[in-house]
Amino acid sequence: MTDALSRLLETRDWLMADGATGTNLFNMGLASGDAPELWNADEPAKIAKLYSLAVDAGSDLFLTNSFGGNASRLKLHNAQNRVRELNRLAAEIGREVADKRDRPVIVAGSMGPTGEIFAPMGTLTHELAVEMFHEQAEGLKEGGADVLWVETISAPEEYKAAAEACHLAGMPWCGTMSFDTAGRTMMGLTSQAMVTMVEKLPHPPLAFGANCGVGASDLLRTVLGFAATGTERPIIAKGNAGIPKYVDGHIHYDGTPELMAEYAVMARDCGATIIGGCCGTMAEHLVAMREALETRPRGERPTLEDISAKLGGFSSEDDGLGEGGAKRERRGRRRG
Amino acid sequence: MAEDDDDIILSELDDDELTAQMMDDLYDGLKEEIEEATRILLDRGWTPYDILTKALVAGMTIVGNDFRDGILFVPEVLLAANAMKGGMSILKPLLVETGAPRMGKMVIGTVKGDIHDIGKNLVAMMMEGAGFEIVDLGINNPVESYLEAAAREEADIIGMSALLTTTMPYMKVVIDTMKEQGIRNDYIVLVGGAPLNEEFGRAIGADAYCRDAAVAVETAKDFIKRKHNQVGA
Repeated sequence: MTDALSRLLETRDWLMADGATGTNLFNMGLASGDAPELWNADEPAKIAKLYSLAVDAGSDLFLTNSFGGNASRLKLHNAQNRVRELNRLAAEIGREVADKRDRPVIVAGSMGPTGEIFAPMGTLTHELAVEMFHEQAEGLKEGGADVLWVETISAPEEYKAAAEACHLAGMPWCGTMSFDTAGRTMMGLTSQAMVTMVEKLPHPPLAFGANCGVGASDLLRTVLGFAATGTERPIIAKGNAGIPKYVDGHIHYDGTPELMAEYAVMARDCGATIIGGCCGTMAEHLVAMREALETRPRGERPTLEDISAKLGGFSSEDDGLGEGGAKRERRGRRRG
Repeated sequence: MAEDDDDIILSELDDDELTAQMMDDLYDGLKEEIEEATRILLDRGWTPYDILTKALVAGMTIVGNDFRDGILFVPEVLLAANAMKGGMSILKPLLVETGAPRMGKMVIGTVKGDIHDIGKNLVAMMMEGAGFEIVDLGINNPVESYLEAAAREEADIIGMSALLTTTMPYMKVVIDTMKEQGIRNDYIVLVGGAPLNEEFGRAIGADAYCRDAAVAVETAKDFIKRKHNQVGA
């Protein structure tokens, strides 16, 4: 066990990850529609600033600016032949920021979804997905990422392909999925089904969990679902700073720093070890989260009622784990 | 599980049993069975329009409702839509020949500045599954591309999608431009995407916000029905 994240996890019982990437980059002038990954080459100082914002706010770990850095996504910007370079740069800039600190800071190489749908309904095959993720993984490894960080995945097939790619690159990895549809991923996976899948992987992640999704409340319900399986594997919670609201022609996330501080402490009580934010989570949120994690004592595992009372209601009645799973009354003569 | 489970002979079912079976088969995404049943109903003298509405669209409505209610998820829905398309490909030329009423045509795309397209693709697939004609404009669409396509295609519906909070306000630009050009009421405008909500849809002047692909289909059907009623009145 020689990787930096495993070593850090041995000495600490919680770690704080980072917050939003996109929201911050837009604030720095990234034009909507442009690929953020191109800035690794064109605006390296701004990317270093992005990483520093998180580290200065107390993050132990930050994700590189490479979420859409696979060939399928970069193709939309005609940059599919720059996968290796843009990922290498994303990690190199991160390495420089992290190594200047006098405490260990983990550079996690972000790998987001391909955006394609798997066959037979879509065109993506396992082999193709592995190949795309592998190319990205090699770039991040070359740039010096400590760990690869697969995130916002919906399809179990895609998660498995990413796992294999990380293995091919010989890298430790973490992987989170987005539970945004009635408490499940878009493809219907429940939190507990994810645990089952993760534990069956030949090259399992160092930590697994949930990111993005709907709001902080839903995310914690998912974490409770993970924890209920009794898994020993560290759980990651990276929730959005509330829900976006449209007010007077502007959009802002309704999660205040105070709410995100509450969320961070509750995430830890729910069983999460690596806690961060996602969309809308800015430096001021991270500062409040870090302070809360450091100063507030651990408490009992919250109930769903505690969560909705403190963080707001859930987006759906249940998360697919209860008895409520109604099935259609059918003739049932074909498949029994 | 009985031995004769797989022994359903579609052609031996009466019309009611067959349409009920089609609904099950759509639910299970069985494309070949749907194609076979469609041909059987045609042979029995059903009009293409009746097959479309009473069997296929009715079956997809059940799929859509269960998707909306969190019982079915995207993979099952895509399989069902694919089975539906199998039936539609048989009916399409016949519907045109017989001058059956059109379900409607939708121009759909992700707005300018936004490169996310999974949600938009799902809506397009489900709308096609429900019998609508779809013109997919892809990602990153300026106002001109929506309006040119809508005019060229004589579309009934303009559908806009956005995943980013930074790009969703562009929907208002499109709608405001339509108002300026005096063509706002020529089209039904539907909007969707993860960060949107009903309040936002109202605020920018869309006809409706659609929470997911199933809701988009139901909403589109409602509006098209209303439009036909207005024309008839």
